[in-house]
Amino acid sequence: MRYVKAFGRFWFDFVVGEDWRIAAGVVAVLAVGALALRAELVSDSLLAVLLAAAIVVVALVSVRSAGYGEATRP
Amino acid sequence: MTSAQAGLLSAVFLASAVEFVEAFTIVLAMGVTRGWRSALWGTVAGVAALALVTAVAGYALVEWIPESALQLAVGTLLLIFGLQWLRKAILRAAGLKDLHDEDEAFRTESAAGLSARPQQRLGLDWFAFVVSFKAVLLEGLEVVFIVITFGVNADSIPLASAGAAAAGVLVLVSGAILHRPLARVPENTIKFAVGLLLATFGTFWSIEGLGVVTDSRDSLDWPGGDLAILALLVIWCTVSWLAVLELRRAAPQEA
Repeated sequence: MRYVKAFGRFWFDFVVGEDWRIAAGVVAVLAVGALALRAELVSDSLLAVLLAAAIVVVALVSVRSAGYGEATRP
Repeated sequence: MTSAQAGLLSAVFLASAVEFVEAFTIVLAMGVTRGWRSALWGTVAGVAALALVTAVAGYALVEWIPESALQLAVGTLLLIFGLQWLRKAILRAAGLKDLHDEDEAFRTESAAGLSARPQQRLGLDWFAFVVSFKAVLLEGLEVVFIVITFGVNADSIPLASAGAAAAGVLVLVSGAILHRPLARVPENTIKFAVGLLLATFGTFWSIEGLGVVTDSRDSLDWPGGDLAILALLVIWCTVSWLAVLELRRAAPQEA
């Protein structure tokens, strides 16, 4: 069991890395995108642009949060 | 060569080069402090394990997962992985995370090699074998991940493998000639470039792969087709540069 946990932990760290919010944010953005696509709310092209913008926001939130955390560390 | 294939080759070559440089430093430290035979056997075992993982994972992905679902799943993984690389690179460039230093890594590994007790197994210095094996396997796994994700999405695993192999040969030959850590390779800059490429292609492919949820299961159309890749690269470069500038201002100034 210990080895299974260690194996799972390794792959979690490998893919998800230091900030789980990136993985969660990306998955959330794509899930919303999938729903919008199914519902045909906007055109494919516009949806692609909106989703890309949302992914950039996810990245920026993670970077700024980590950056300001490091900058204010005593 | 398409833009996807050119991006594939650049990203895999650069990512492989930095990972191989890091693995080379550790193997070199083991070879110098504990003996080359065990360090090289550890390297060979690591490369063999990586080849096995690549073959099994690549085959399983392509054979068992439908192509449209694969594009979304692999694109998403690549995007998450790429954003982690880019995040670290931005923090390093802003001075908020330590830069990777091969000379320092070599000193640390050499000190560990000199202080470890001798232990023989299978006629090998076990410490040197295990450390070399782990270095090659762990650094190489990132390369395998990039080779498979890029290769599957650009439909060219052989091209991706060739890019990785070329980087490996270049690092090995340079290391063999210099016989010291490859500290002059601009690793941190290269990692930044790889982060940008992974984020760009990950964004493109993961969103394109959303087409799997439609009735036709066709890939989602980006405005401008493949040219959107270039636009995404420009956007990621600009956003990253602005983030570095902002965080540099926030970083504590050294006296």
